[in-house]
Amino acid sequence: MLGALACVVLALIAGMIFFVFQKAWPSFTHNGFAWFSPWAGGNVDDELVHIFESPGEPSQYVYTMHAWPLIYATVLITFCAVVIATAFALLSSMFIVEFAPEGIRRVLEPVVRLLAAVPSVIYGLIGILVIVPFVGNHLVTSGQKDSVAGVIQLNGFSIGVGILILTVMITPIMIAIVVDALRAVPVGWREGSVSLGVNRWRALWTVSVRAARPAIVAAAVLATARALGEAIMLSMVTGSVGFAPNPLDGLIFFYEPGRPLAATIVDNAEGLSVVPFAQTLYAYAAVLLISAGFLSFTGWYIRRRLRRYTLSPI
Amino acid sequence: MGPLKTPPPVRRIVVDDQPTIVQPPAGSDGAGQATDGASALLSAPRKREGKRGQVRKRMETAELGVQYAGKPAVKGVDLPVNQGEVLALIGPSGCGKTTLLRSLNRLVDQTPTATRTGTIFLDERDVDLEDVTNLRRQVGMVFQQPNPFPMSVFDNVAYGLRERGSRRPSRAALRPAVEEALDRAGLLEEVKDNLTHPALRLSGGQQQRLCIARSLAVGPEVLLLDEPCSALDPRSTAIIEELVMGLRAEIAIVIVTHNLQQAYRVADKVGFMYLGDLVEYGHADQVFGAPKAKRTREYVSGGFG
Amino acid sequence: MSTPATTDSRAASLRRRLQGSKLPKLPRRNRDVLSEEEMVAWPFIDRLGVALAWFCGLLLIAISASIVIYMLVRGIQYVKLDALGHHPVVQSTTTITGTSGGYLDPIEGTLILTTLGTLIALPIGVATAVWLSEYGRPAWLARAVESGVEIVAGTPTIVLAIFGLLIFSKSAFGFLSFTAEGGAVFGRSFFIAGIMMSLIALPLIVGATREALQSIPAHVREASYSLGKDKISTIRRVLIPASRKGIATGTTLGMGRIAGDTAIVVILLGASLTLEKQGSTPVIGTLKGTGSTLTSYVYNNSPAGEGNAPQKAYAAAFILLVIVILMNFVVDLIARKGSDPWAR
Repeated sequence: MLGALACVVLALIAGMIFFVFQKAWPSFTHNGFAWFSPWAGGNVDDELVHIFESPGEPSQYVYTMHAWPLIYATVLITFCAVVIATAFALLSSMFIVEFAPEGIRRVLEPVVRLLAAVPSVIYGLIGILVIVPFVGNHLVTSGQKDSVAGVIQLNGFSIGVGILILTVMITPIMIAIVVDALRAVPVGWREGSVSLGVNRWRALWTVSVRAARPAIVAAAVLATARALGEAIMLSMVTGSVGFAPNPLDGLIFFYEPGRPLAATIVDNAEGLSVVPFAQTLYAYAAVLLISAGFLSFTGWYIRRRLRRYTLSPI
Repeated sequence: MGPLKTPPPVRRIVVDDQPTIVQPPAGSDGAGQATDGASALLSAPRKREGKRGQVRKRMETAELGVQYAGKPAVKGVDLPVNQGEVLALIGPSGCGKTTLLRSLNRLVDQTPTATRTGTIFLDERDVDLEDVTNLRRQVGMVFQQPNPFPMSVFDNVAYGLRERGSRRPSRAALRPAVEEALDRAGLLEEVKDNLTHPALRLSGGQQQRLCIARSLAVGPEVLLLDEPCSALDPRSTAIIEELVMGLRAEIAIVIVTHNLQQAYRVADKVGFMYLGDLVEYGHADQVFGAPKAKRTREYVSGGFG
Repeated sequence: MSTPATTDSRAASLRRRLQGSKLPKLPRRNRDVLSEEEMVAWPFIDRLGVALAWFCGLLLIAISASIVIYMLVRGIQYVKLDALGHHPVVQSTTTITGTSGGYLDPIEGTLILTTLGTLIALPIGVATAVWLSEYGRPAWLARAVESGVEIVAGTPTIVLAIFGLLIFSKSAFGFLSFTAEGGAVFGRSFFIAGIMMSLIALPLIVGATREALQSIPAHVREASYSLGKDKISTIRRVLIPASRKGIATGTTLGMGRIAGDTAIVVILLGASLTLEKQGSTPVIGTLKGTGSTLTSYVYNNSPAGEGNAPQKAYAAAFILLVIVILMNFVVDLIARKGSDPWAR
């Protein structure tokens, strides 16, 4: 009986994957490679409007969607946030485990749990009401605004703000995992390295952090999955334009708006009643699902490779 | 220094090219006054003759005390550590010998609840006034459980040499030092064909010798061994004991052991500790053969332990 | 204090040296914290590393302090306690400000949804965990279920939300929400949102319960079997009560996540400001209806949503934050209370 229940869970998950792909399929087939291609051109927002307004006849549904700007924004924001968060979380974990005085450590651990618990909408609220105006009014110079005035508005809604807040959101999750891993390093290794006349930072870095590499990878994968799926906060601060920021613009690049896939789904949720529109949105969801699955597999594989010299029997 | 084949009737211990011969059991009762059952455990009188090189004082403690959360584990110990001899610290469990050992390289400082009183001198310099990292290079430690790092044999031995300065020496530059350390630890023959072998796949005895090689690589002046053979089989134990006795000419050795026979075999000087006090200290022959304190006599004859 | 058998002159010279030294021989406090003197000889890059570690630690504290303080300030500024008891007044699209009601409906919505989601997730989660830990045959099925739970844990909530819409818009599920004329199932209601929310809490409950079950030593199970109890009663009477702490931790964590989620609410709760019942049955009617929660209320009142009343958004956000912090505090309490019952 219990087994049956477990099967129900499994069926639900399998069903989810199946149905999402089934709904998403027309959007992919109609666009082919152009769905993903960086060279396909087109304005995502315009395309979405067209799809929404497509005539009622199934044979006349409009499906044209070149989602590259969205994919690009997603990858960019996720990648930057995870890289910064990994460094931030690693250093913070080392601080908590080795260098923090007792008093500070006792404050820091609840702080990390608190940051992990704050709902994303509150991060988004602070972002949209405090950080975005700050960036728009004080950080972006009018010269910079003019330079891109023809294309987009630099009003503070930007991928930079999105990356910043996203980093703060995913760091606490990573810290919890990395701290546990650092503390689990056998005391023999820690004492052994220090007894060789290696200073504490070096010993921590070359032995403990090195031993904790699988956990760091696992934490990074977890954080990436979280970052990929973050819809609400990012939809509030990165701007509502499906625009692909151009790194060749120089540093302004971080002030330019964008909109990752998950945020696009949230922004356009009202249009779900229109069939081709819904199918397009499901196509976005399908991409997200594949990425999440791919991530899990990569994390698992890397962890296996790193186990060669450790004590685990693998 | 190769592995022993079988314990030969006469063991030749070569130190400074002067062979020293330990007499096998001869029936008579040995040097010094007969003591009540002091030699019950120990079948033979030992004569440690011959030069061990110059005996030179390297470390000493002055009224050293260590407390864990207020409770004293080591009380007021004055102990010298000399190059050219092996100092064995013996005593029942919980007497503080390991704590004493760990304070010599200031490893007790890593325990949050530990406080230390008194002074420790290394070559006449107060150890607390110096850089602790440097101290630990000069005073190496080998632990009870072999703890090779999850790296190759080469990387283990080279570890201390690599992580010293900002510039990492190249592998080629490190190789001679690594091989020398492995040789001194008696491991080179067994691993020299594959120095990239993962250290954790060595046997227990080999791992412990690797740890010794690792400590030797950084060139310490004092080597502390915390019950190094307690997790090993007798053959590995014998190899390591010979190793230790061979090293004593260049390095001051302190070995903590709960195994009286081992102390008897290996030590030149013995310190007997009981409940945090250093009850007796002196030449091994004297402590084993003619102990001054009643407690020592009781312990050495197996009265308690 | 005992002295070894040393010569008097040596002891005397020691004491002379000690008296001559200028340092006070006080008990040295533990030197566990790294001090400047210790780092003096370190290579620059190592000192940089320690500085960066310090910087990150302090930055974390600064960030969380600013978030909390800022929300506190804004919250106190905007929360009107009497408004807690009032229903929000639906704004007409032409007026922006005006006396609007309070947050009663969003608060009710959050409570209903959290309860519903947890009520669904708890039995399923515990049952799945028990099956995985105590049965787990055939092995491929167990691995598949484990992977499945992990996939759910990693799925973005927005994907879960639109999947929910997809499934529950089918006419078979019309009873869970309301059906418009013409047969189109609305597909949004508390029921539906609750079901999808339970998927968020599920992995947390499964994980915590499994850990708790696995930490029960084998001899406890053996003791129960040797008393003649079969597997089911062992599970029911011995193992699950023993895992209470873990189950409670997982459940509270799940509740916290449900309370804080916005994506599912925005998509699956119908986005009506007040709780709109469907049908006349007392409880079921509400659950079949639509409404809002604190999270969607905050979202909608921020510049990102329709309304543009940051004050209301701040106020609701403050209440939400208080609720979430309280739940986390409860998790801490549970985790700390009760030492390991299996420790010998």
